[in-house]
Amino acid sequence: MYKQTYLCEIVEKKQLAPEIIDMTIKSKELAADALPGQFLNIRCGDGCSTILRRPISICDVDPAADTLRFIFQVKGSGTQFLEAKQCGDTLDIMGPLGSPFHLLEKVDGDVILLGGGIGVFPLFLLAKSIYEKGVKPTAYLGFRSADLVVMEAEFKQYTKDVKVSTDDGSYGMHGYATAYLINHIKNKKVGLVYACGPEPMLRQVQSICHENKVRCQLSLEQRMGCGIGACLVCACKIKKQEGFAYQHVCKDGPVFWSEDVVFGGE
Amino acid sequence: MENTNKSLKVNIGGVMLKNPIVTASGTFGFGKEYGEYFELSRLGAICVKGLTLTPRPGNPPPRIAETASGILNSVGLQNPGVEAFVKHELPHILKHDTKVIANIAGNTLEEYCHMAQIISDSATDLVEMNISCPNVKQGGVAFGTDAEMVYNITHEVKKYCKQPLIVKLSPNVTDITQIAKAAESGGADALSLINTLLGMRIDIHTKKPILANNVGGLSGPAIKPVAVRMVWQVASAVKIPIIGMGGIMTGSDAIEFMLAGASAVAVGTANFSDPLACVRILEEVESYLDKYEITDINDIVGKVAVHRK
Ligand SMILES: Cc1cc2nc3c(=O)[nH]c(=O)nc-3n(C[C@H](O)[C@H](O)[C@H](O)COP(=O)(O)OP(=O)(O)OC[C@H]3O[C@@H](n4cnc5c(N)ncnc54)[C@H](O)[C@@H]3O)c2cc1C
Ligand SMILES: Cc1cc2nc3c(=O)[nH]c(=O)nc-3n(C[C@H](O)[C@H](O)[C@H](O)COP(=O)(O)O)c2cc1C
Ligand code: FES
Repeated sequence: MYKQTYLCEIVEKKQLAPEIIDMTIKSKELAADALPGQFLNIRCGDGCSTILRRPISICDVDPAADTLRFIFQVKGSGTQFLEAKQCGDTLDIMGPLGSPFHLLEKVDGDVILLGGGIGVFPLFLLAKSIYEKGVKPTAYLGFRSADLVVMEAEFKQYTKDVKVSTDDGSYGMHGYATAYLINHIKNKKVGLVYACGPEPMLRQVQSICHENKVRCQLSLEQRMGCGIGACLVCACKIKKQEGFAYQHVCKDGPVFWSEDVVFGGE
Repeated sequence: MENTNKSLKVNIGGVMLKNPIVTASGTFGFGKEYGEYFELSRLGAICVKGLTLTPRPGNPPPRIAETASGILNSVGLQNPGVEAFVKHELPHILKHDTKVIANIAGNTLEEYCHMAQIISDSATDLVEMNISCPNVKQGGVAFGTDAEMVYNITHEVKKYCKQPLIVKLSPNVTDITQIAKAAESGGADALSLINTLLGMRIDIHTKKPILANNVGGLSGPAIKPVAVRMVWQVASAVKIPIIGMGGIMTGSDAIEFMLAGASAVAVGTANFSDPLACVRILEEVESYLDKYEITDINDIVGKVAVHRK
């Protein structure tokens, strides 16, 4: 059986916050295979004047209903194209792509999910998957401001605890979600951290986990071409015995073990 | 009406391709990934990622930026080296009934010759010499932009090449026909054109170029008219066959290149928007032939009916 691109009908569309759109699409094939941390590569135009597909994480999946959900922030032309789509319209999607979060059979200590901004969305399917294995993770979610805070109640269903921070202090703790992580590590044994968000946040998570010898998986972002590992544009630095080697976010990632990731110079 | 007897075979420097659809170097890896989307034996040939004598890590990211009807890339020839290709990648491609083109890029004449020699002893069908990659600081551009150097390098590399030699031309030159003629007299068996056009994009908010390499190669529909014009000019200047490329997204685009004088066409950037682009384009080319009741695809090569001035 060859892989293909799927034309998927949009069955639900909601605006969760300013410029944050929640979309559900129908696809038996995509829903059957989707794992937490994987992404969809969605055509956002005619494929000719706008060539590149946009990578968007899988936020939730319902295999019984053959549906898949993703949430995106409207940024440029591609996400504007998506925003303009309505229920009943179809999207041309490749997926599920990338290597998922690793779920460990046994974790010695608490499991923490740390999300920043759009990095919060892929953690939802992860929370559900961990919960279904009989473990309740703790979620620390960071947003820019109160109006952008989403999914707090949804995360509560599958976690021990959810705490929210905002950069401007307009909701929850004033500051970055990483402060919750530092605090948690101080008070309790943490077995595993999963993090997704902007690079400065991931760098911080990496150094916190390194200092405290806590295992951690990071989900990275990079600009993509093919989305399947053929064009080598989505490079990220991964540690080797001497120095580093470039691996590729679309295929080797987006999820990597934190100790393997080398963040760039700038 | 479908014509089942039509011939799609084209001859590139003595090697028969079952159809004129080739993958453009660097956009298709070594075939593994797209091989999960369609049977690779549907292709006339697979041209692999540009190879260098020793492994190259490539440029820092971001390596891609979107532009109007195009993309800029600055991969910087990330590849495992020519020996690793022969050992680890080639055997996988050989399982499919298609031809293999090894694309090579060097910093010095000696490097090109050495690579040609290593490939000579492998089951590769054709060698494509990239003298036009804009991303490598040394060599690269210099080789491809000077007619005398193109003649010399082609002449020398040809001595080490058991396979037919294709020379891939850069559009970043003043007169591409001069370079094409130099490659032909140097002994090239075929030409492929065009490689990417050097370009740049700047993020006006951060004031930084989007590519970490500052500049990169432009590909996609944005460059197609330039590519068609260059294929047409080169086709009237040389006798050897041409593989045309640059923004081919549809069967109509492919036909346009063939009318301009290309015997085969390569599909690059289109693979990113449609992983099945190569087979779709092949089918669209076939239906063009059916529509005009053309039985041999070679009958359209160079058949543009130019206006008399
Ligand atoms: C693995 C992965 C998962 C992602 N998941 C989500 C998600 O669930 N929700 C969400 O809102 N966003 C997600 N993003 C970011 C999203 O891909 C970008 O916001 C989007 O591509 C922007 O496209 P645009 O046309 O609106 O913006 P423009 O800035 O106009 O895009 C121009 C080009 O840059 C690329 N680009 C711009 N920003 C990014 C970025 N941050 N990462 C990668 N490429 C980028 C675009 O794909 C496009 O090719 C994810 C990115 C990656 C790599
Ligand atoms: C991501 C990318 C990588 C490329 N790498 C190579 C390469 O290694 N060697 C080469 O000769 N050309 C390379 N090219 C150029 C293509 O083979 C082709 O000449 C060019 O992209 C024009 O065709 P297109 O518009 O169909 O992509 C690359 C192009 C892209 C987009
Ligand atoms: S996007 Fe092509 S290799 Fe990752």
